Amino acid sequence: MRAGISELAKKLRNREVSAVELTKAYIDAIEKLNPTLNAYVHLTFDTAMKAAQEADQMLKEGDAPLLCGIPMALKDNICTDGLTTTCCSKILKDFKPYYDATVWEKLKAQGAVLLGKTNMDEFAMGSTSETSCYGAPLNPRNTNYVTGGSSGGSAAVVCANLAAYSLGSDTGGSIRQPASFCGVVGLKPTYGAVSRYGLIAYGSSLDQIGPLTNSVKDAAIVFEAIKGGDKRDQTSADYEYDSSLAECLDRDIKGMRIGVAQEFFDGINPEIKSKIEEAIKLFERNGAVIENISLPALKLALPVYYIIACAEASSNLGRYDGIRYGYRTSSYTSIEDMIVKTRSEGFGDEVKRRIMLGTYVLSSGYYDAYYKKACLIREEINREFATVFEKCDVLIAPTAPNTAFPLNYKGASPVEMYLSDICTVPVNIAGVPAISVPCGEDAKGLPVGMQLIGRRFGEATVLQAAHFYEQSAGQVIGVYEGGVGI
Amino acid sequence: MNYEIVCGIETHIELATKTKIFCGCTTEFGGEPNTHCCPVCTGQPGALPILNQKVVQYAIKAGLALNCKINTKSHMDRKNYVYPDLPKAYQISQYDEPLCENGYIELDSGKRIGITRIHIEEDAGKLVHEDGYTYIDYNRGGVPLIEIVSEPDISSAEEAKEYAEKLQLIMRYIGISDCKMQEGSMRCDVNLSLRKPGDPNFGVRTEIKNINSLSFIQKAVMAEAERQADILDAGGTIVQQTMRYDEATNSVTPMRDKENSDDYRYFPDPDILRFSIDEEKVEEIQRSLPELPFDKLKRYMNVLGLPEATAKQIFRYRKVAEFFEGALAEGASVKNTANLIVGTIFSNMDTEEEKELFAIKISASQFAALVKLADEKKINIGVAQSTLQKMLETGKSVEEFIKPEDLVGISDDVLESLCKEAIDANPKAVADVRSGKDKAINTMFGYIMKKTGGKADIRKAEALLRKLIGE
Repeated sequence: MRAGISELAKKLRNREVSAVELTKAYIDAIEKLNPTLNAYVHLTFDTAMKAAQEADQMLKEGDAPLLCGIPMALKDNICTDGLTTTCCSKILKDFKPYYDATVWEKLKAQGAVLLGKTNMDEFAMGSTSETSCYGAPLNPRNTNYVTGGSSGGSAAVVCANLAAYSLGSDTGGSIRQPASFCGVVGLKPTYGAVSRYGLIAYGSSLDQIGPLTNSVKDAAIVFEAIKGGDKRDQTSADYEYDSSLAECLDRDIKGMRIGVAQEFFDGINPEIKSKIEEAIKLFERNGAVIENISLPALKLALPVYYIIACAEASSNLGRYDGIRYGYRTSSYTSIEDMIVKTRSEGFGDEVKRRIMLGTYVLSSGYYDAYYKKACLIREEINREFATVFEKCDVLIAPTAPNTAFPLNYKGASPVEMYLSDICTVPVNIAGVPAISVPCGEDAKGLPVGMQLIGRRFGEATVLQAAHFYEQSAGQVIGVYEGGVGI
Repeated sequence: MNYEIVCGIETHIELATKTKIFCGCTTEFGGEPNTHCCPVCTGQPGALPILNQKVVQYAIKAGLALNCKINTKSHMDRKNYVYPDLPKAYQISQYDEPLCENGYIELDSGKRIGITRIHIEEDAGKLVHEDGYTYIDYNRGGVPLIEIVSEPDISSAEEAKEYAEKLQLIMRYIGISDCKMQEGSMRCDVNLSLRKPGDPNFGVRTEIKNINSLSFIQKAVMAEAERQADILDAGGTIVQQTMRYDEATNSVTPMRDKENSDDYRYFPDPDILRFSIDEEKVEEIQRSLPELPFDKLKRYMNVLGLPEATAKQIFRYRKVAEFFEGALAEGASVKNTANLIVGTIFSNMDTEEEKELFAIKISASQFAALVKLADEKKINIGVAQSTLQKMLETGKSVEEFIKPEDLVGISDDVLESLCKEAIDANPKAVADVRSGKDKAINTMFGYIMKKTGGKADIRKAEALLRKLIGE
């Protein structure tokens, strides 16, 4: 197994390696692999080296935080003061925010070393990261396949060991699905557990920032560092977790009630289904109680998700008009002409599709039939989850109905592509936490992801269950050879 | 043909909170362009709004002062439209759950103009056209507003003006806005249609946007009513559209660019949680409200007995009313206090604004000390006025200008009884006066002056003596 965050932190403290040396090692690996993988879209090596020097100073002074000096990456939709942040959209070409997202502010204060911003679907809209204006990142495990999306770059850099960890964002599965495709761990926290301030919005009531890591323990460490209420985000909350989430990991799972809902397994690739069933048996053998439960409203989750996310997106993306920042068309006859041309040229097809869909469902005459109805069903889904969590501690489900698609896969229409989010979107609708952990490989050698879903602010239980599985199941996927050799 | 005017007014009022509605930037008017701004109020990608609780409190204040019901549950909506002064391409406002509903303003006639709703929202930035370019100043973006929507209960130009005037006065009184129409901190949109008297149905209405003075409201209503009447009389139909009032030509014309079937695609803002307002808070705000201006006016007339004209001059400026009541609390008389304010203090103030600000150098108790001298007839009104003027100029107290020896000190009653005493004490002199020896009256003067230490008003005394002797 490759070194986790705790091991790296130990090496830094034992002076086995300095933050500067560690950062250089990652930079070398990125220079070697990134031209192929296209996982990073903006590299921040100069600031990384400076941060590493400062980290070494902090380490020398003692009492440095755990993440001090550890090189990492941020998805390109998380604002970084003075550093290019584009959401991988032409419309935000060369955009440099003048403030830091709260998550980055927190990590920076801990001495984190930012290597760069990672590739993603344009404005986080997509399931393959292929809608990026920089072209798709490649799956390090097999470069003929996609990384998944939208946090594809964040999954790829962790998989290829081009960062010790990364942050992504998850609106309908955008952390968990690429984690599953690339064979890494991805945690989508409870809605409100992590501040969204500085996360460029897609679907504001669904978006949540979370970590992508090599292990469940690392996910717990990074989540611990970024969580917490923020006075700049009214939808965030201060929740009192057990003092240290990393310490909860080793608790016994005996008696843990694990729910299995048939609705999560309908239409799932049989190879994936059997991997999840094996995992369920492993839990059962170790004393967990398996509960068969039902979530009938789940079949409505997908349309509800696409209505609500697109409605919010259509409003959130209205501000990209070429007036204040980002791309502006080169020739125009009036302000209206400028706005229309800027948006026509600046947005890609998938973003335009979702803006149009969202505009439509909010239009007078259609609002009640679509948006309002979707909100009512959302409440019903929430109620069903709440009822289920009276009987269960976690739910087990596949992360995606399939493993990674081949690049440029033309077999799927946009709607078929949307269907691949079927297992992840209900979690965002209900605002509950979920983690994806690798649970095997398919016949092609592509990783399969298992999803563990918890109750609101039930991250400790989710992490505990995931950690148990990771430790007990052993090496379920192949080790990626490459990246940093530390 | 005769038509009935059906008119409702939407009023935007900028709230006088120190900071903006969703961020900590100052709301101060003016300033270098784009200096009162931050990521939130310029709609930077990723920035999020935080609702300023003061704004909610101010809006509740307005609602209570306008007799509204306060909704205990409320939320913010997004109103989506594209315009360069709106940096997020949506305005955060309230659509179907306004903070306040169902209030009214009572006109002098006793007629009540219903208030449909009051909601809170953010102001937009400002476009500045200069040297052939258009610049945007976002200093005003995010300044808190309330929108007060009236029922279509207004049926004349005079009522329209009176409604707006009363609204302005009440809002200023409760201290939530300066309501300066010229500076745009109060802006009125007038909706107007005509119908035949007795017709239960409304006609097609037009909306006259952004009227910026009270008298223009009256004129605009008249002009638009005439315009619509001419069209209807000629057999035409009214087109529902947005209009502009041009004060130079006193005419109402359609605005060029606005189409009228805007679909704002309102939906609840996911960045701001639904909020509830506890009833205790509402009660607390209710208790903190000052006596409202028209209640005050009634009290000044009916309880204090002030003549209507005087009462109306004092009540409309909250600071003046406070000064007036402060002097009364120190024991000054209603009549002299009111007359000295209106006659002397106001003669130093040329504009409404000065009266509104009421920046004077003396306190209510300094003022009361002077008024009481006049009340007790220790100085006469002429002396009181000239002394007050000196006090206003210097800020000094009455003792600086009126020494004990200057005081008349003798009331009319006292003087009359002294005169009677003088007559009784000098029967010979009285007889002499009666027989034509006029100088004999000096004997009585001497008596009175001796008794009063020379402070009696000698002319008054003479008149009294002659009257008494003559009887």
